[in-house]
Amino acid sequence: MKFDKPAGKTPIDQLKVVGRAHSRVEGQLKATGTARYAAEHHEVAPDVAHGYILGAAIGKGQIERIDTAAALAAPGVHAVVTHENSGPIGIGEFYAQRILAGPMVDHYHQAVAVVVADTFEQARAAAGLIRVTYGRDDEGQFDLAAQKPSTPIAPDEPFGGSTNQRIGDFEATFAKAPVKVDQTYTVPDQAHAMMEPHATIARWDGDQLTCWTAIQAMNWGCRDLGLIIGTPKEKIRLHSAFIGGGFGGKGTTQSDLALAAIAARVSGRAVKVVLHRPLMFNNTIHRPKTIQRIRLGAREDGRLVAIGHDSWSGNLRGGRTEPCTLPTQLMYAGENRLLRRYLATLDLAEGSAMRAPGEAPGMMALEIAMDELAEKLGMDPVELRIANDTQVDPSKPERRFSTRPFVQCLQEGAERFGWQSRIAKPGGRREGKWLVGMGMAGAIRGAPIMSAGARVRLGTDGRIIVETDMTDIGQGSYTIVAQTAAEMMGVPLDSVTAKLGDSTFPETPGSGGQAGAASATAAVYAACAKLRGMVAQRVGFNEADVAFADGRVMSGGRSVPLVDAAKEGEIVAEDAMEFGDLAKQYAQQTVGAHFAEVAVDAYTGAIRIRRMLAVCGAGRILNPTTARSQVIGGMTMGIGAALMEEMTVDTRFGFFVNHDLAGYEVPVHADVPHLEAHFINEVDATMSPLKAKGVGELGLSGVAPAIANAVYNATGVRVRSYPITLDKHLEKLPAVA
Amino acid sequence: MRAFTYERAKDAASAARIVAGRPGAKFIAGGTNLLDLMKIEVETPTHLVDLQDLEFDKITPIAGGGLRIGALVSNTDLAADARVRRDYGVLTRAIVAGASGQLRNKASTAGNLLQRTRCSYFYDTNMPCNKRKPGSGCAAIGGYSRQLGVIGVSDKCIATFPGDMAVAMRLLDAVIETVDGDGASRAIPIADFYRLWGDTPEQDTVLKPGELITAVTLPKPLGGKHFYEKVRDRASYAFALVSVAAVIQPDGNGRVAFGGVAPRPWRIEAAEALLPRGAAAVTARAFQGATPTKDNAFKLPLATRALASVLAEAKA
Repeated sequence: MKFDKPAGKTPIDQLKVVGRAHSRVEGQLKATGTARYAAEHHEVAPDVAHGYILGAAIGKGQIERIDTAAALAAPGVHAVVTHENSGPIGIGEFYAQRILAGPMVDHYHQAVAVVVADTFEQARAAAGLIRVTYGRDDEGQFDLAAQKPSTPIAPDEPFGGSTNQRIGDFEATFAKAPVKVDQTYTVPDQAHAMMEPHATIARWDGDQLTCWTAIQAMNWGCRDLGLIIGTPKEKIRLHSAFIGGGFGGKGTTQSDLALAAIAARVSGRAVKVVLHRPLMFNNTIHRPKTIQRIRLGAREDGRLVAIGHDSWSGNLRGGRTEPCTLPTQLMYAGENRLLRRYLATLDLAEGSAMRAPGEAPGMMALEIAMDELAEKLGMDPVELRIANDTQVDPSKPERRFSTRPFVQCLQEGAERFGWQSRIAKPGGRREGKWLVGMGMAGAIRGAPIMSAGARVRLGTDGRIIVETDMTDIGQGSYTIVAQTAAEMMGVPLDSVTAKLGDSTFPETPGSGGQAGAASATAAVYAACAKLRGMVAQRVGFNEADVAFADGRVMSGGRSVPLVDAAKEGEIVAEDAMEFGDLAKQYAQQTVGAHFAEVAVDAYTGAIRIRRMLAVCGAGRILNPTTARSQVIGGMTMGIGAALMEEMTVDTRFGFFVNHDLAGYEVPVHADVPHLEAHFINEVDATMSPLKAKGVGELGLSGVAPAIANAVYNATGVRVRSYPITLDKHLEKLPAVA
Repeated sequence: MRAFTYERAKDAASAARIVAGRPGAKFIAGGTNLLDLMKIEVETPTHLVDLQDLEFDKITPIAGGGLRIGALVSNTDLAADARVRRDYGVLTRAIVAGASGQLRNKASTAGNLLQRTRCSYFYDTNMPCNKRKPGSGCAAIGGYSRQLGVIGVSDKCIATFPGDMAVAMRLLDAVIETVDGDGASRAIPIADFYRLWGDTPEQDTVLKPGELITAVTLPKPLGGKHFYEKVRDRASYAFALVSVAAVIQPDGNGRVAFGGVAPRPWRIEAAEALLPRGAAAVTARAFQGATPTKDNAFKLPLATRALASVLAEAKA
């Protein structure tokens, strides 16, 4: 099915199932521990061997000698895979990293060897017996700040828009702007830190490879795995039915998957590889640190006339920037703009996609700068943002936003949160030992939608089965896919079974870039539309005049049970939704406003969130329950980004030092107070027949700066370097002793 | 993790004898720290002597006031004990400020005293660490040291003792009772229990090889108001940046000890005499000679401010 003009009325608009709150259809499996994750598929390889990865002990250099004799002689060991016996290893398309070191070591904890043994314990113990002699490269670069002065603007990239956007005359306008902000902000390296580690069971049957793994984009995973191990992707089948969190960290093929496949090939056994937690931080990808300079020039009335955003990040050779200027391209009006991204070469683990790449860290800078501008103008931060709303793409004024209820988000949010009670003067509210403050930030995040396929089956029992390679990393894909099919086929939700996460199913973009919900449901729509036609034909109704409701098919006063259509056997329809150029005609984005109230201990400087609100404009909300879950999950991640998450680089040894969950702190329950998520009632007909967008990344974008601004409002001390830990403002707080 | 052998001890004396006589042998109680360290080969015992069958799981009154806490009393049970909550509130508060409910259920009193530092470099066997591998150097000096020690450290090691319970026990003048491989027992005041690193940071305490903790005794109650102010980067389940254990009497005198700053719970009795003069006076004396790094210098003003918070609350 082709979608190339805005949707009119569609069967989805009935909203009998879609748009209604449903708890997760797979919730019982998860709550009872019967949903099986990658490493738990014991039946597929009863004699599975265990692979344990030994990570490189240096940041940059080479392996001079690797002695595996003792490991090979250890009990239960079948093989030790190193660069000397792995066979050729390629690089995937999405990541630049090399999966196995040798002889060069590109970054700390890059895999050096995989030990394959009968048991996990044997493999781990044997890994400790491998002796590697390294030659350290003294030229390794690990310090973004040190590299910054000599870092060039990045070449064009496939993601994140232009790395060098210049509109109007930024320099001259900024120079003479009556009110200005010019500040530099830093966002540290951050880890996805999802609960389930990367994990794979790989099994070869002849030249056919099957893997049970945890991966967000199945067909990208097949493509990249094929490139890395030199196997045609048609010979690879991946299963990822359940995934214990990803946040982008399981985008495509990581070392667990590639090395399980290689180790299985070398050892002749099915092999399971699970990354142990201390390896995850330096072995796989992360959100790279950024240094961002924001320059805002405004008129006395608050209207922006000049917006400058320069962002520096580093990466392995071949890696991309963290696209922090992406949100600034569309967030606010302003005729003169200069948005640049610089890319340094760093010899740390690869920087790549983590929830809202670009938007999350970009807005962490831009939205503090807006708060600083509001203060200089003596203007309310909500009013400043309203004054700078735009309904068109500032770089192409003829290109309108498809929908952009940004002002509505700001106004409804201010109303719901009680924003008028905020005391504008920082440090102006004291409750006992607590300094209390309120802050807010705007939010924007792209609403990408990509071609996606699905297969729908009407069984002889009247049940509907949907098959698509969409994944569910916790966001509720199973539920919204089933809801879409139920709505289309006129059956209750419990008459639909969604099957996801199998690379042999029709292709979708998977879970990433908050494109999954919109894309996958559009695919299900297309396949169901085809199935509706086949059903109508089977029961002898006119395809153009047929309705599906209450488990029946109706046309012109006649009505038959849906199940009758499958009397002769199962009916199967497969189709894909292909998208025209609506995304070029319209700026398709999600927008929002985040509000936070914090309390800062006047003595210790400790920061505690009191309450938070997100108001989101994200098209039709397919399921308020799972959408809310997505948004409050994003808000929780935003609390971490604002207050505690930082992978600290040791620039001498070249690695992230705090590489476990004791050292890398993420929010615990006690850090997360009452969170409220509210959705603007809107539809976006330019997206798909569902008129829906994703929300998973919008829920994070703008959260951390809202908290940062609240902390400033509480204390009067502006911190421009995340995370805002108490040591950064302690000595500027009022004296207490 | 290296392969190891395992046995369950039948009594304290034989457990001590086995470990004293066998290089590479270690005791295991709750295992909440030891097993983590074994998995990453920071600890590589060849033999474990499991103490769980020993009957050190009781809290009993001592004649003349005070309590004897069996070495195997879980952190959860100790914190919840009605006598502890009534008479030694600072101890309950310190314990529940540490770890998580699950860990406190498993962790023992003696094990908590013997937990090892959480310095990131100690945990990474690729890094030099004098505590883990004597003579290899200290990667933390000049490296990531935000969590590490500001006083009592040495040029060989700047790690902290990371616990909370022991800070309260130090405040209370607890005494640690042990039995050794020869069957001899002794009582070690907690003030003398933890070593400063000096040139031998590999040794955390004054315990001899095979010497087994059997109990911890608390002297009779102090009265006063009890506080445990733990400052950290998140609200729960994090090690202290700085913690303050204090008992403050109605006249403004009292006791104070600090956690998260030194190789041992940090209590300077001479500084306590300055409590009526306020927090700054106390910490100026208690942290005299401190040698913070650039990253952890904030711990000094933080200690002062955290104590000021306690003193303000004591007055309220």
